[in-house]
Amino acid sequence: MNEQLNFECETGNYHTFCPISCVAWLYQKIEDSFFLVIGTKTCGYFLQNALGVMIFAEPRYAMAELEESDISAQLNDFKELKRLCKQIQSSRNPSVIIWIGTCTTEIIKMDLEGLAPKIEADLKLPIVVARANGLDYAFTQGEDTVLAALVHRCTKNRFKHQSTNKKLVLFGSVSNTVANQLSFELQKQNIFIDGWLPAHNYLELPNLDANVYVCGINPFLSRTATTLMRRRKCKLIGAPFPIGPDGTKQWILKICDAFQQTPINLVEREQATWTQLHDYCKLIRNKSVFFMGDNLLEISLARFLIRCGMKVYEIGIPYLDKRFQASELQFLKSTCKQMHCALPRIVEKPDNYSQIQRIHEFQPDLVITGMGLANPLEARGINTKWSVEFTFAQIHGFANARDILELVTRPLRRNIKLQI
Amino acid sequence: MGTLRIASSFKNVHAIMHAPLGDDYFNVMRSMLERERDFTPMTTSIVDRHVLARGSQEKVVQNILCKDQQEQPDLILLTPTCTSSILQEDLQNFVNQAILNSKSDILLADVNHYRINELQAADRTLHQIIQFYLQKPFSTHIQKTLKPSVNIIGIFTLGFHHQHDCRELKRLLFDLDIQINLIFPEGLTVQQIQSIPNAWLNLVPYREVGLMTAHYLQTQFQMPFVDISPIGLIETAKFIRQIASFLPFNPIFEHYINEQTHLISQAAWFTRSIDCQNLTGKKAFVFGDTTHAIALTKILVREMGIQVVCAGTYCIHDANWFREQIEGFCNELLITEDHTKVANTIVRLEPSAIFGTQMERHIGKRLNIPCGVISAPIHIQNFPLGYRPFLGYEGINQIADLIYNSFTLGMEDHLLEIFGGHDIKEVITHSLSHQPQVNWSEKSLSELKKIPGFVRNRIKRNTEQYAQQNNIHLITLEVLYAAKESLASSRSHGNIAKW
Repeated sequence: MNEQLNFECETGNYHTFCPISCVAWLYQKIEDSFFLVIGTKTCGYFLQNALGVMIFAEPRYAMAELEESDISAQLNDFKELKRLCKQIQSSRNPSVIIWIGTCTTEIIKMDLEGLAPKIEADLKLPIVVARANGLDYAFTQGEDTVLAALVHRCTKNRFKHQSTNKKLVLFGSVSNTVANQLSFELQKQNIFIDGWLPAHNYLELPNLDANVYVCGINPFLSRTATTLMRRRKCKLIGAPFPIGPDGTKQWILKICDAFQQTPINLVEREQATWTQLHDYCKLIRNKSVFFMGDNLLEISLARFLIRCGMKVYEIGIPYLDKRFQASELQFLKSTCKQMHCALPRIVEKPDNYSQIQRIHEFQPDLVITGMGLANPLEARGINTKWSVEFTFAQIHGFANARDILELVTRPLRRNIKLQI
Repeated sequence: MGTLRIASSFKNVHAIMHAPLGDDYFNVMRSMLERERDFTPMTTSIVDRHVLARGSQEKVVQNILCKDQQEQPDLILLTPTCTSSILQEDLQNFVNQAILNSKSDILLADVNHYRINELQAADRTLHQIIQFYLQKPFSTHIQKTLKPSVNIIGIFTLGFHHQHDCRELKRLLFDLDIQINLIFPEGLTVQQIQSIPNAWLNLVPYREVGLMTAHYLQTQFQMPFVDISPIGLIETAKFIRQIASFLPFNPIFEHYINEQTHLISQAAWFTRSIDCQNLTGKKAFVFGDTTHAIALTKILVREMGIQVVCAGTYCIHDANWFREQIEGFCNELLITEDHTKVANTIVRLEPSAIFGTQMERHIGKRLNIPCGVISAPIHIQNFPLGYRPFLGYEGINQIADLIYNSFTLGMEDHLLEIFGGHDIKEVITHSLSHQPQVNWSEKSLSELKKIPGFVRNRIKRNTEQYAQQNNIHLITLEVLYAAKESLASSRSHGNIAKW
């Protein structure tokens, strides 16, 4: 058996969402924010069409649509943006405006970072700039750019007496329910969370300094992790991500390690969760799965599914930060060893065309893929699951492991039921 | 986007976008909305940091040649996007280079993102492709069909009810004993383009896409065209008469119109029936692309006696024509791309029904005004599996239903309001209320409120049951989650066949 993980890199001709899609969930998470996407019709069209209905439900975000006169610098960027932000301030009164830079602002080199402080001073309203563009990033990495930008807004410890107690701040945007659940899990280990990045309010961003230990809960947050370490001197706890009961246990273990706590009742907790998952696992045991790759959750999900008894042919992934994901990769290796299965190949920047050739060759039982390819694959008799659902579903912690398998098994269960 | 829609409508034509990662969501729309079974014939030549620094260089050419070999399309269409427009790379040069080594024809779509919208781009691209193939020297031989025949221009992918409209149009032409030469771009191969001039005349059912091509065919091949949209009884009759004017005299046409209008179509009788009296003078708001907004306005006013307080379109490039057409049919005009303006106008006018796009449906939802969707932009619901044309005589039946149903719902709503609505739900839940032996903490209660209404009560009951079984008197957030988990596990031990 091959002992080393096999990394490959293809052409990068693959389908994924544009990273500006992160506004769709971040504006719901940060309740007092307003997102302003500075881009073109294409961006607006994408947000409206690809992300569908929820856009109109409660619009706490908007497009600043660039026109020809903006591009050719006939209009003054500063005045235009200031006018827009003023309008937003008076009609919505948010605590922060987050500008999302796009490909176009990148190419015409609009100096958003330079303009923001001036407008911020004029309006007395924080303006955060995140460059979530398709030139540099894929899908969920959009969140990474926003969180990294928010790190700069976290105050240094405001108390005069710097306490030397270790503090814990978690980073990654999850629903408040999941945030609470993870907090409870850690409380059971006598570890108390001092803050979340992002918090559900901009005004409640955590304090950060050298006494703060930080730990990520999503695999696509490498930029945020770097910023936390370099700019705020925080200590990063490198851990697998709390996806699946195995991941959650490892994640808690690593945090316990850092806080010198002996884990309490953790093995039993994991075991109990596996017992609950038994029926689902039976359904997918020895089935094979192929990740085409588009949201960077692939490594963690593959590791969990291998532990459930599945075979993974290929893990496609847009971008792999081997340092930030080091623990997760290690864990993937040990899981494969434990389950006696071959190490899957990991394909960075995959090429959808050749992937489809490989899918035809392997005939996997399940392909986890984007929406653009799902229906055509189904029409060719291959079971698929939309990968975006893993981004929007609650998948973290012991309590939600079920939901992951609920998603993974759905196409299999559906196809058992269909009688035509 | 329009370019892609045209390209992917043709058979064996491949589009390559020069675009950053993520701009290829067109294939999501096509495969999701149209529920397309085939892979969307489109790839992206990705613009990333390297491209910004050094230009695309060989990348675009390589991508083109690669596709040429992989899929062997007849035509590869290189498509610029808003990003690549600013980069100002010489895409035509890439095309020229690629032509040297490729078996496929290669074209650069002539579209500028900052000047034209989706529909204009589609119109232009269609014209560009048709022109390209008709200019080829070997296509000069034209042989008109023996019997009268037409081309239908403008049926393409992601069009609003296009497939159904097309079928209805075919039926109508069959009834009139007119042959169909070609329908394009949907399903056409580029080889077939050469037989376009064989038809006697062209039909352009939608104002937005196809006119450029029709004009081109008129000047180049002296082919007349009919650009009336046959939506509504009156317009359909006009449409048929216009076709007839280009053909030798045939008495069945007038007879056909008469028979369809008064005997076959239900709509004409329906609007005279007593039910429809209630609609007289009701206020409606119409918004959409020019074709559908104008057609709907005319139907509402002339064929159902409904007052259109405002009609509007987002096709600002075609504003003059819209004004001219709609003159005298409505009180106000609204020509804008800004949906907040549309919303504000609706708020001000308080119509009893809206006919618009998905945007207007959302506005209607917020304002509690019923809305019928008549035009793109649209959602998956607007790609129905059943037969729902907007054109021709069956189309009129469908539209009448749509209009009538929108208003009835509105009436019902008002009646409910007058009589105080039905509070029955509240009463039932009260009578089922439990003995409050356990208390809820503030936090857990607010979490409970976030759970969607239709399962909230069940979860509340189950949690309380769980608390009682475990001798817990205060339900905290933690207890709520624990209850959920234990419930989930008890369910999974149940019958697997239930899935």
